[in-house]
Amino acid sequence: MNLVLRLASIALLLAVWLAGSHLAGPRLLPSPQAVGLAIVAEARSGALAFNLGVTLARVAAAFSIAMVLGTACGLAMGRRRLVDRIGDPWLVLLLNLPALVIIVLAYIWAGLTETAALAAVVLNKLPLATVTVREGARALDRDLDEMAQVFRMGSWTRFRHVVLPQLTPYLAAASRSGLSLVWKIVLIVELLGRPNGVGFEIGTAFQLFDVTKILAYALAFVAVMLAIETFVVQPFERYVSRWRPRPA
Amino acid sequence: MSRAGDQDRLEVHIRRKSYRKASGGELQVLGDVALTIGSGEIAALIGPSGCGKTTLLRIIVGLDTDFDGAVHLPAHGRLGVVFQEPRLLPWRTVEDNVRLAAPEASDAALDALFGTLGLAAHRRHYPGELSLGQARRVALARAFAVEPELLVLDEPFVSLDAELAIRLRGELAELVARRPVTTLMVSHDVDEVIGLADRVFLLSGSPARVLADMPIQNPRSVRSAADVAAIRNTLSRKAAAS
Repeated sequence: MNLVLRLASIALLLAVWLAGSHLAGPRLLPSPQAVGLAIVAEARSGALAFNLGVTLARVAAAFSIAMVLGTACGLAMGRRRLVDRIGDPWLVLLLNLPALVIIVLAYIWAGLTETAALAAVVLNKLPLATVTVREGARALDRDLDEMAQVFRMGSWTRFRHVVLPQLTPYLAAASRSGLSLVWKIVLIVELLGRPNGVGFEIGTAFQLFDVTKILAYALAFVAVMLAIETFVVQPFERYVSRWRPRPA
Repeated sequence: MSRAGDQDRLEVHIRRKSYRKASGGELQVLGDVALTIGSGEIAALIGPSGCGKTTLLRIIVGLDTDFDGAVHLPAHGRLGVVFQEPRLLPWRTVEDNVRLAAPEASDAALDALFGTLGLAAHRRHYPGELSLGQARRVALARAFAVEPELLVLDEPFVSLDAELAIRLRGELAELVARRPVTTLMVSHDVDEVIGLADRVFLLSGSPARVLADMPIQNPRSVRSAADVAAIRNTLSRKAAAS
């Protein structure tokens, strides 16, 4: 039943798209078929795999760095009031700085380099991850903390087995929103200052008014992210929540 | 007493412990409290609910360092603590809960512990799948697995039904008989601990002071119901006299 509903919903989307294409003309909105053929053509030439790979590598790098740093900052701020007081204004500043400003400044200050591109994406994601993990750190169970203390558990054991499992829901939330945010920002970064990647291709297509190519790249990348969500994120979440009692 | 015995003694001397109240001012929870528990001795700390017993335990195990006085733990000071709530990690199995606290425990030692406490069938279960009695046993197994020099139990039998409490008490007696350890047990109920203790400290109501320090002469194994009743009478007399 679920699957049928899902398929029906997708079929409806394609129908709306097809109708729109007829109304607006293939130049403004090419048909699903034309976009599909464009994807195949790009895939044959190897350009699709190369650009998807490059963008995906940037997404993975920026996402991992931002999550690790965000977890560290969030934990420190959630557990130590002094750190929270000092860090909070910085956090508010970063949260409210438009993504575009961070990207442009990064490119001006560090040049059109890979480092500048990654730093810009990380700085955009970092405050969000920090805020989410900070909430989790504030909600940590003091009883378990004391238990770990009296049994003299090492700091790694405490982090790995006492703290991290309590942060899992917060980390999952931060990853979910983070992954989609990061890939959108990576595209802008690529558009503004990288010679390859999905963002760069879309930028070129924009200059040539090639809507088919824009849609081809966008849809291919959405498919990749969907696959990551289904085959990586969800199984991982099931694994880490295996201890929760489930209704039989 | 030998020197080794002296080193394994628990000595507590608290002059005063108070909390700052939210409304300002201070609330004194502990008065002058001095306890000495000999090596391998099982002491029971009995006092009315809310008299500061848990505060005293937190000071002894080092969770509360804001007090006036001194605590001298047995040599090495390895602690096994059974909290009032089991405080297990819900995301780790029974066995992992014990192993994380006692990474050096041997497989044979754990097998014996789980066997005695009837947990052998539950090693791979998560705490959420256990009853309160079973969770208490896991907490007990964890405290014994670290081979502590000092075992501290906070109301270990509270909110268990009478039959289960008796069974758990028997298992605890078996564990300390096999590996003697300086033990401090806290309870609001004399009957819960009297059968196990070698020494009873009677605490007054808040701020707590020691009303009586009573060694129990005849050993646990030969203690009769009449002996227990006599001890209970003495204790209630002392409590009433205060």
